[in-house]
Amino acid sequence: MLSEILIAVFLVIGGVFALIGSYGLLRLKDPVQRLHAPTKGSTMGVGAVLIASVLWRFFLGDGLSWHEVVVTIFIFITAPLTALYLARAHLHRTLRRQGLPKPANGRLWAGEDLGLEEGN
Amino acid sequence: MLRRIFPHPVLSVTLVILWMLLVNRFALGSLVMAVILAIAIPLMTAAWWPDRPRIARPLALIPYMALVLWDVIVANIQVAKIVLFMPSDQIRSAFITVPIDLESPEAITLLAGTITMTPGTLTADIASDGKSLLIHSLHAPDPDAIRDDIKTRYEARLKRIFG
Repeated sequence: MLSEILIAVFLVIGGVFALIGSYGLLRLKDPVQRLHAPTKGSTMGVGAVLIASVLWRFFLGDGLSWHEVVVTIFIFITAPLTALYLARAHLHRTLRRQGLPKPANGRLWAGEDLGLEEGN
Repeated sequence: MLRRIFPHPVLSVTLVILWMLLVNRFALGSLVMAVILAIAIPLMTAAWWPDRPRIARPLALIPYMALVLWDVIVANIQVAKIVLFMPSDQIRSAFITVPIDLESPEAITLLAGTITMTPGTLTADIASDGKSLLIHSLHAPDPDAIRDDIKTRYEARLKRIFG
């Protein structure tokens, strides 16, 4: 009984954060801002659901499960990479390079340093 | 001899642990399979890690991961608050340059990933000489404070771990 309540609490927390992440995707203005909502909101959402899954297996299923640990590791590897690709694609498309701060020693950002400006 | 069979011990150990986690229950057959993979995969992928990362203090990674995990939870609540309650004309987003002193590509990758997962910040690009990161911050009333926070909270720790 108590374990079921605990599992339900984690599922609700997960659902709420996933919902907020999706709502942020709608509400925030420009694409880079929008990236913030899913990279964080849904990580927490998935995380809470995974904890609920571990608890369910532990209390009501057939013992401790390790798959959730693997899922967590893979999310922590893939989520930042996806966000990085989306951010760089956005920077390429909008040509807002002039508005960016410069790197510390006055060189170019890797996304700018492709020789594209010279036309190759 | 042992060096010949396991040229990359860290990778081999990681593979064994990952395989056992995937199998999800302990069986001797799975362990044999895991060891076969731990020997075969490093041999086949040797061409892609000519200079494999040297981690000076691997144990220090554990408190670092705990710190990041805690910050991820805090980050989620902060971002959720901004998304739900802050009027959109008050959200002041900014691109920030963070100069980095880390040398090894693995440490920089870890720092960039950490920045993306934690409070309101996102790694958007790296300088072509690898000495600065371009960060986007969702709500940055004080960009300098965010830069200093990243340097003291994460970079200093990573510098200790990778030596």
